[in-house]
Amino acid sequence: MSVVLAQETGRGPGLAPAGAKRRWTRLVLPVYSGLVLFYLVLPILVMILYGFNASGPKRVSFRWQGFSLFGYTHLFAKPDLTTALKNSLFIAVVSTVIASILGTLIALALVRYRFRGRGVSDFVLFMNISAPEIVLGASLLSLFVSFGVPRGILTIIIAHVMFNIAYVAVTVRARLAGFDRHLEEAAQDLGAGPWITFAKVTLPLIWAGILAGGLLAFALSIDDFVITNFNAGTTQTFPLWVYGAVKVGIPPQVFVMGTLIFGFGVLIALLNVVAQRRRA
Amino acid sequence: MPDVDVRLEGVTKRFGEVKAVDDLHLEIQQGEFFSLLGPSGCGKTTTLRMIGGFEEPSAGGISLGGGDVTNLPPYRRNVNTVFQSYALFPHLSIFENIAFGLRRKKVDRSEVQRRVKESLDLVDLPGFDTRKPTQLSGGQQQRVALARALVNRPRLLLLDEPLGALDLKLRKQMQLELKRIQQEVGITFLYVTHDQEEAMTMSNRLAVMRHGRIEQLDVPERMYESPATEFVAGFLGASNLLEGQILDRSSELANVGVAGGSTVRVPTARLDGQGPTVKVGVRPEKIKLEADEGDPPAGWNSVSGTLRVSTFVGVSHQYTVNGPADSTLTVYAQNLGAEPAPREGERVRLLWRPEHTFVVQPSAPLAEWEEEQ
Ligand SMILES: Nc1ncnc2c1ncn2[C@@H]1O[C@H](COP(=O)(O)OP(=O)(O)O)[C@@H](O)[C@H]1O
Ligand SMILES: [Mg+2]
Repeated sequence: MSVVLAQETGRGPGLAPAGAKRRWTRLVLPVYSGLVLFYLVLPILVMILYGFNASGPKRVSFRWQGFSLFGYTHLFAKPDLTTALKNSLFIAVVSTVIASILGTLIALALVRYRFRGRGVSDFVLFMNISAPEIVLGASLLSLFVSFGVPRGILTIIIAHVMFNIAYVAVTVRARLAGFDRHLEEAAQDLGAGPWITFAKVTLPLIWAGILAGGLLAFALSIDDFVITNFNAGTTQTFPLWVYGAVKVGIPPQVFVMGTLIFGFGVLIALLNVVAQRRRA
Repeated sequence: MPDVDVRLEGVTKRFGEVKAVDDLHLEIQQGEFFSLLGPSGCGKTTTLRMIGGFEEPSAGGISLGGGDVTNLPPYRRNVNTVFQSYALFPHLSIFENIAFGLRRKKVDRSEVQRRVKESLDLVDLPGFDTRKPTQLSGGQQQRVALARALVNRPRLLLLDEPLGALDLKLRKQMQLELKRIQQEVGITFLYVTHDQEEAMTMSNRLAVMRHGRIEQLDVPERMYESPATEFVAGFLGASNLLEGQILDRSSELANVGVAGGSTVRVPTARLDGQGPTVKVGVRPEKIKLEADEGDPPAGWNSVSGTLRVSTFVGVSHQYTVNGPADSTLTVYAQNLGAEPAPREGERVRLLWRPEHTFVVQPSAPLAEWEEEQ
């Protein structure tokens, strides 16, 4: 999922100045970049590789035991793991949709209107992003406990929406900063009411920002452990199950599922890039 | 008498302490090309935005074709706007940009096709329909913005400095083009600009604004030949102003004694309601410059001075003369090549016909922010 972010900053190394004396310096930047990229990509490569690990009758598999497609052919062989993954996907989709809508609306309000409490709202977003997860998770739990809310999928969704709104809002707001208000006036001038104006002009123009924010939210939700762990009750999610399995050994299915989620993220990011290219 | 298309009655707009538009009264006729001219910050855009429906007046009323629209939102007014920034929708093709208004009115598909094509022809951009706005030059985007507005056949078209972002040559060309298109479609144009030449070239009538008020409203020729105030005189071109006392207003031409002892004759009707101290003026191209020898010819106004600067501009000479009472006077003389040009430092005489003399009401001096044009 980190590809989504990498796409924003990805630039090839610049040209170094010519000259025989300094020829070796030309290599510094490419080598450095290569090393950093390798560092970033290594865990992903290991994950993909271990998806092909042969798993014996025993579950311990931190060691390479030979190539096998067992993880793929028996992907759903562990019912509790499958349930955990389904829960995670459901929570991620629902919380992403809700957080994207709410976050976009907050971003619009913050950019468009000067209202009392605007500065405070800004600060709250910043705090939400910078506060340690463990504190958010613990305080949310005590809130649920004191109001007697039973922990389960619902409380996990509430928690995920809570930490995702700020990320969406910040991403969409960046997109809105360069937005020409005259475009909306032009739409109204041409006979479009407020809703049509939003649907035909505003939304298409900030859509890329909402999509980026949504992908980020999805990525944060699907692998959140700390906050989820506080508010899950007996419900299992993918990260919670994997954490629990570490002590007894991780089956290859986990790596396969991780690979598939990662592949799905890459696919969406690529589609996004292609769509933007075609639009420009 | 053509119908009144737009009527503003006592329209005022306040932004906090600032009165952007102050008790404005204005009537624009059906099919007219009308310009609002004035320095930056005088309230032109605000006036236009109130007519378009983007700002609500603090007081007063606006009617279009007889119907009150003061409180209607923009999408309920039969008015379209050409924005200074063009405001083309970057995510839509040129075709969809132009079709935007028609689609809102649920015009059927073949009719949309036909009218979009027709308006692309009108602005001389046939075959551009599949492009995106970013693939067009500034001048082409400007034309698309115009087509997008005109295709809706509005009652009134508002244009806010639409040529401001173009270079001089393209601007001149577009001025003529705009005028042609306006005559072709017969829609009322309300045009905002701070460029006096542009306003005079294109308009049937124009109003000069200052501090949110209209200083003068007239046809271009009369506005130029007899500006009502010092401000208008200065804004519409170089003008030579002299302060004086009315000596005699009993006949058709009144005598005004200006500083330095000369007497300037003015058509008495222009002194209406003014005096005893007045400011009289004359445009630089109306003045004949000659050596200050002997008596001035009868029937001409004459003022003497010293020639300070002589500039050769090709088609003309531009002279700067130190006149009476520290005044600086400007003269444009067509380069006919007949007489030898007077030299710098010489005593000269400025001659002009009495009927070319205008009388202005004094204005407060221009603030610094008003002079940037
Ligand atoms: N939205 C606004 N808020 C506050 N002041 C404004 C606003 N719009 C315009 N003004 C002020 O009103 C005055 C007239 O502005 P404007 O109509 O844009 O002038 P022009 O178009 O002639 O340059 C200016 O002093 C400007 O600062
Ligand atoms: Mg303006």
